[in-house]
Amino acid sequence: MLRFILRRIFLEAIPTLLVLVTVTFFLIRLAPGGPFSSEMNVPPEVKAAIEAKYRMDQSLSMQYLSYLADLAQGDLGPSFKYKDFTVNELVNKAVPVSFKLGIVAFIIALIFGVGAGVAAALKQNSWIDYSVMGVAMVGVVLPNFVLAPMLALVFAVWLKVLPAGGWEGGQFTFMILPVAVLCKHYISVIARITRGSMIEVLGSPFIRTARAKGLPMHYILRRHALKPALLPVVSYLGPAFVGIITGSVVVETFFGIPGIGQLFINGALNRDYSMVLGLTILIGTLMITFNAIVDILYGFIDPRIRIK
Amino acid sequence: MNLLAVSKLNVRFQTPEGEVAAVSDLSFTLASGASIGIVGESGSGKTQTAYALMGLLAKNGRASGEVIYDSVNLLTLSEAELNRRRGAEIAMIYQDPMTSLNPYLTVGDQLTEVLQFHKAMDKRAAFAESVRMLDAVRIADATKRMSLYPHEFSGGMRQRVVIAMALLCRPKLLIADEPTTALDVTVQAQILALLQDLRREFSTSIILITHDLGVVAGVCDSVLVMYAGRVMEYGDAQNVFHDAAHPYTRGLLHAVPRLDRAHADAGAIAVGSRLNTIPGNPPNLLALPSGCPFVPRCIDRSSACLTTPKLEDFAQGRQRACHRLVNELTDLDAPHGTTK
Repeated sequence: MLRFILRRIFLEAIPTLLVLVTVTFFLIRLAPGGPFSSEMNVPPEVKAAIEAKYRMDQSLSMQYLSYLADLAQGDLGPSFKYKDFTVNELVNKAVPVSFKLGIVAFIIALIFGVGAGVAAALKQNSWIDYSVMGVAMVGVVLPNFVLAPMLALVFAVWLKVLPAGGWEGGQFTFMILPVAVLCKHYISVIARITRGSMIEVLGSPFIRTARAKGLPMHYILRRHALKPALLPVVSYLGPAFVGIITGSVVVETFFGIPGIGQLFINGALNRDYSMVLGLTILIGTLMITFNAIVDILYGFIDPRIRIK
Repeated sequence: MNLLAVSKLNVRFQTPEGEVAAVSDLSFTLASGASIGIVGESGSGKTQTAYALMGLLAKNGRASGEVIYDSVNLLTLSEAELNRRRGAEIAMIYQDPMTSLNPYLTVGDQLTEVLQFHKAMDKRAAFAESVRMLDAVRIADATKRMSLYPHEFSGGMRQRVVIAMALLCRPKLLIADEPTTALDVTVQAQILALLQDLRREFSTSIILITHDLGVVAGVCDSVLVMYAGRVMEYGDAQNVFHDAAHPYTRGLLHAVPRLDRAHADAGAIAVGSRLNTIPGNPPNLLALPSGCPFVPRCIDRSSACLTTPKLEDFAQGRQRACHRLVNELTDLDAPHGTTK
């Protein structure tokens, strides 16, 4: 197990991140404009001082190398936009917000997605199945930027029971609408995956064996069918978890939530080189970590691929 | 005293292409401690008969008729009532030991749960009893093997595990669906010997489903020959094998390759010669021909065969479904066989 983790870190994670950093570093600098192009009428000597502060006066390869040196010490550099803050400070403030929102939405998506998928599989081709799959299809198709204003209109404007936006340190009432919008897509996808794999597992010979043993259906479901049926769900969960935490750009922007998504949007729009790079590294690291966790989880579920 | 009396069992499947008649008017009885072999080609309804008895038909399948076991009709029982008997009094062994065990659970878990449910044993007692049963089916190091997963066993070993699982509650009836088909020949012999021993030891009645006539001859008291979901011939195993009274049974027996015969005889394997077959294929169950289903492939057919022959007694304890008289049938095993 330790060998597996070490190999994962040194042979896979670090090289992948290095490629990611390199590509992002040069790509963002290729984009037209720069972080200071909006600051007009700056005396040349002030501009030179600013550029010196951000090492913009050095050659591109020098900038790259010193960025890597800083990165090796965990320093993501100063933000180009929020000049009094380092990227580390900003990210450290935004990450807990996005995590809280994401984890709540993730857990809800997992519970309701798996539950609905199992129910649909058990009652295949019944009205339960059709309604679950119908709602799930709408969930996949309906974009967040449509659902978010709709919910805000109904619950905040008409019914006046929930706030239309804001975060307030993550109070319960402020989380309901963003979480609902955020988990909608994931509930739908998880329900569809679960249904499909559960139907397949229930048709397999070892489930017939379990039935021939005279075991009650609820026990067969829990003990014999759930694990294999969840394997495809688990492989989806790794990327989904990262996506739900970091990819809530629309939700965070619409509801004015100070999370990673907002930082990312502002960073990209303002050519905040260090911010975009820092967030890319963060998301890349999360992605690699959660994919590794999924691989380890596989082993717990399926003894045939257990890591020795 | 009959343990099991099946009468007029019909199994029908509703498919998008129409109704499939998998089993038609099947009747047989099985005495306590006796064994019957159900023989036929693929698609003759053998396995669906077994699933019908166990209540394991696919969702689009429906069984009608009567399956009287211990004076109750199994076909009318609720799922809960059926579950009390399945695995406890009636158990099953499957064709493919590779897929019939759950790959995600240890062998121990899959064995003990049977005892925990049916005998209300606690974990420790169930474990001890399971180890005893693994010993009985001659799995060495049983205690250690309880914590292994199915993929860590060989094919023959897995089939032993499946057999042990079926016998845990000392069932009165064991349905073995091609238990040796997926195994190599030496392991086949071991498994069959094991079944024989266990039958003696636990006085279990056995329904053995197979397409291997040799297996039936070795294990069964009586034989039921099925074709296209119907019974062609039914009777004592010795009689059926030594004096087959149906053209289909004769064809099947003739098709068994014999290594022990002189080369000039029919049925012998001579170098470069062809194996004997029954020409043609089993009929499509969606569109059975009217009359005897075997007609297109039968070498003894006559115009009478266009009406369905009834399964009738023709000798003491023997039944067959054929319009021709027994002594009119072609003797395939005659020297220099008279195959038309």
